[in-house]
Amino acid sequence: MSKMTLEERIGQWREYLQKRPAVRSVDIDELEDHLRTQIEALRQAGLDEDEAFLVAVKRLGDLDAISREFAIEYSERLWKQLVVLSGSAASPPSSHRDATLAVGMATAAALAIKIPALFGIRIFGSASDFAFYLSNLSLFVLPFLAVFFGLKRGLHRFEEWFWLAVPFIAAGVIVNLLPFKTGGQTQILAAIHLPIALWLMVCYAYAGGQWRNHEQRMNYVRFSGEWFIYYTLIALGGAILMGLTVFIFKAIGLNTETAIQEWVLPCGAMGAVIIAAWLVEYKQSVIENIAPVLTWLFTPLFTALLFVFVVAMILTGNAIQVEREVLIGFDLLLVLVLGLLLYSISARDPQQPPGKFDILQLLLVASALIVDALALWAIAARISEFGFSANKTAALGLNLLLLVNLVWSTVLYIRFLTGRSAFRPLERWQTAYLTVFAAWAWFVTVFFPVIFNYR
Amino acid sequence: MDIDKDLVAASATPLVLAILSEGESYGYAIIKRVSELSGGELQWTDGMLYPLLHRLERNGYVESFWAESESGRQRKYYRLTRAGAEQLDRQRRQWQIVDKTMKGILSLAVDPAGGGRLVCPDMRGVTG
Repeated sequence: MSKMTLEERIGQWREYLQKRPAVRSVDIDELEDHLRTQIEALRQAGLDEDEAFLVAVKRLGDLDAISREFAIEYSERLWKQLVVLSGSAASPPSSHRDATLAVGMATAAALAIKIPALFGIRIFGSASDFAFYLSNLSLFVLPFLAVFFGLKRGLHRFEEWFWLAVPFIAAGVIVNLLPFKTGGQTQILAAIHLPIALWLMVCYAYAGGQWRNHEQRMNYVRFSGEWFIYYTLIALGGAILMGLTVFIFKAIGLNTETAIQEWVLPCGAMGAVIIAAWLVEYKQSVIENIAPVLTWLFTPLFTALLFVFVVAMILTGNAIQVEREVLIGFDLLLVLVLGLLLYSISARDPQQPPGKFDILQLLLVASALIVDALALWAIAARISEFGFSANKTAALGLNLLLLVNLVWSTVLYIRFLTGRSAFRPLERWQTAYLTVFAAWAWFVTVFFPVIFNYR
Repeated sequence: MDIDKDLVAASATPLVLAILSEGESYGYAIIKRVSELSGGELQWTDGMLYPLLHRLERNGYVESFWAESESGRQRKYYRLTRAGAEQLDRQRRQWQIVDKTMKGILSLAVDPAGGGRLVCPDMRGVTG
């Protein structure tokens, strides 16, 4: 057997280290420089190549221990920590408990949605029944999600649980006791904004009470994006399963449509919220590979869409129509773009230097900014002509919030791309702004009905 | 002498910050300096320094940059930031308190190897 050269040995050592997901290649570069410097020093002290290599590797220490330290350091990449831990002898004893907890909470949420049926309130019953489900939808499931995270993160003090419960109780009182006009604008606005308001409240439990911590908020943003993907996948699978069920039972002359509409669909939709959340935590490595790919795929597409839209508006000279459906579509688009932006910011390694994808992000932000400004202008014109209505005011408020966010994001992106600032301020800006969104969602839910007289 | 692992870990941050306050440096040189300062008594597992440096960087106490070393290789250098200098100052005051307290009580406790009063007689029978 021929003797290995030093370079071959170092190459092998690198390869061995590369198998550890927690250690990034730039960290390996740094460790390699250390190894080489050490070897040179030992060679000067009179050791031969082989001895020097062995001593240097030994001094560097146990690679498992180092990669575990790196994993803890990159705990924002939480799954790597899981992989490293379960790779070593002790697998996390909590995973089994978590699974039980998730299934328990999912079952509870699935049952909760059926409780009103005991009192004769049916989902596909009267208009007021339907409105009841619509405005209470998030209250059937998000409390269980909050409890899931509360238990998982080990909230133990009474005040913590108290503060976690307050928004849910308040929301329950508000949507059910205020004298909404059934199907009125303010009721629908509350039904849209409450889930967002409560979702942001779950962050308190997710962060184990440390909701002021920016890292935790960023983790929650990342969690939300990944949860969305998991939920969509589960919903797709569920839809196919339900369709097939109806189809095959029809073949033997049984009608299952009612059972599916009344039980499988609502219970499944509620339970899946918890299961998706648990999967994000438990099988993060799977989703962490998909989610960035999806952002890479959709960021250019959304940028192109917004860009073409602006160009089309300029060429045709058509202004944005401010009808209700159009307005909702617009806001949905802008919120989606912001979601995309937030997720890609959260998934980005803040220590990476500016790259091509960041330029694309800037383009996305800038084109969203233009579209938002145009929409805002159209809404303002409409309001000055016909006066304020709940819908238009809600749209105006949201567009203003988005405008402020996008303007400052653009400034921060430009500063980052021109090397005048780090990436961190951009993250900070977004996580700090979450508070503003939460406040707005609560404001629309709680005060709009009063201001607009429950219509 | 083997120094307790927890003690090594606790002293690592102020030590690295203090070394970087002397000027920018890189991993290998920092470890050399630690060994020099402690007269070879304080031994680190070399690899463990790097996750620590990353943590300090994430907290904004140090910043890093890649530059060519004298051997022509790319090397990652670290330097102290203003926040790092402030943190060092805080840690210095904390360590001074610990140091003062320890000196006070440890000078009262006589070294057991020299026939100390604090060691229980039964134990001495076992070890001696």
